[in-house]
Amino acid sequence: MIKKWAWLIGILAMPVLSDDGIFDEYRDLMGDDNPAIFVIDEGEALWFEAQGPLDTSLERCDLGLGPGVTAGAYARFPRYFEDTDSVMDIESRLLHCMQTLQGRERAVLLAKPYSLRGDLGTELEALVTWLAAESEGAVIAPEQAHPAEREMYALGEEIFFYRAGPHDFSCATCHEQSNMRIRLQALPNLTNHDAAAEAFGSWPAYRISEGLVRTMGWRLQDCFRQQRWPGLRLGSDVSVALQTYMAVNAAGGVMTAPGLKR
Amino acid sequence: MMKLTDSTGLSRRRILGWSAMLGAAMSLPTRVWAWVRPEAAFVATGLDQALAELGGTPTVHDGIQFTTPDIAENGAVVPIRIEVDPAALPNVSKVSVLVEMNPNPMAAVFDIAPDTEVYIETRVKVAQTCNLYAVVEADGQLFMQSRETKVTLGGCGG
Amino acid sequence: MSRIKIRAQQADGVTEVKALMRHPMETGMRKDQSGEAIPAHFITEVAVFHGERAVMQGYWGAAVSANPFLGVRFKGGAAGDTVKVTWVDNQGGTGEGETTIR
Repeated sequence: MIKKWAWLIGILAMPVLSDDGIFDEYRDLMGDDNPAIFVIDEGEALWFEAQGPLDTSLERCDLGLGPGVTAGAYARFPRYFEDTDSVMDIESRLLHCMQTLQGRERAVLLAKPYSLRGDLGTELEALVTWLAAESEGAVIAPEQAHPAEREMYALGEEIFFYRAGPHDFSCATCHEQSNMRIRLQALPNLTNHDAAAEAFGSWPAYRISEGLVRTMGWRLQDCFRQQRWPGLRLGSDVSVALQTYMAVNAAGGVMTAPGLKR
Repeated sequence: MMKLTDSTGLSRRRILGWSAMLGAAMSLPTRVWAWVRPEAAFVATGLDQALAELGGTPTVHDGIQFTTPDIAENGAVVPIRIEVDPAALPNVSKVSVLVEMNPNPMAAVFDIAPDTEVYIETRVKVAQTCNLYAVVEADGQLFMQSRETKVTLGGCGG
Repeated sequence: MSRIKIRAQQADGVTEVKALMRHPMETGMRKDQSGEAIPAHFITEVAVFHGERAVMQGYWGAAVSANPFLGVRFKGGAAGDTVKVTWVDNQGGTGEGETTIR
């Protein structure tokens, strides 16, 4: 079973030609016009909107740089927060602020954080998009000063190489080698700094195939689905650990999000 | 009406904001359409039928510059550009876009006012690899240019 | 919050307009996660105005991509002139946006 799937991956994950500009013409014609710009505005409006039983906005939410400081905050995640004594990704930090500042219920917030087919976008997706735009051009610099943050990196690295599930896949199965692709979609080598920076820095991204902006948290969840792994929970240690691993490998790169992806 | 799915429900302020915008839009100068939507062309399910509804079989004309990508990352969004130099083909009044293998090939039609360049850029859905058609009407005659665009599957089948 | 983002730039006597519109352009052929058909919801008419004059009018079907893009060019147009884009969809919804030419 293992050998069959490894062989299949070997066939499917074909090395790309060295000058693989196959979609250059496509991207040139698309130009700079990314529908994510609407979602940025939507996210900004949601940040300043009073909601929940406490009828309060998210303006006092502390994303690690002080209450209400949004410029550059996304680029410093995941990071440790004293008030929760945990390392958090940006999505779980936003949920925390929605609970504590707005009085909203966690179970309700977690019921549908990401869009389903036919939706135009969720509140969380829009907020993450705006916050990423607030970090556009910022240097990717996840915090690694706290021991808990470094433990998250170590855990993330372990999970990245951990083979599991019916196909015996790990993240590394698809993302450990350079210049690979599945069909015509390039697979970034997330163990390589430049590729990790380009990949990590371009999420959240407007996905052409869905007409939606998707977040890094969603991307990981969808990878787990494609690997036939158990469902990945938003804000779980596994999710935060993998994001930490990627962000640290990407550190020093530049945030270009929101990106435009197939 | 655009909706953001929000499990706690939409706040009143948001709904009012949208109503105000809708109200503003309704008070625009009334539409100046002097021509009727060619509905029969839009609902036609085959290319030949759609072209017939547009007015006949177009002849190929090299004055139409039709730019499409050879291969698209995803068929949901295929960018296209149609330009006509009036020296090569004068008096173009309408430009249509058709996608041969779509369930309904007719995607869009544009009426170009005098003093407007014959220049259209837009993005269309292409259900599968096939020919795209730029059809223009000039002095009551139909001309066209076509190009094939390949549509790919990505990643893990999605 | 405008549902149309427009840029208009003039050079050498020609104004180029690029507009991006917020709209699902739902074909009516998709089903949602629970298997229910998602109703058709798409822009059917779009127009570009230079001042009060319509420079381009279009009829669209559902095959125009979601969050549609439209680029047109017209002769004339001076910096400071108004360019407006309007749309109507099959559910009676409307949208508009305007900008000044640079």
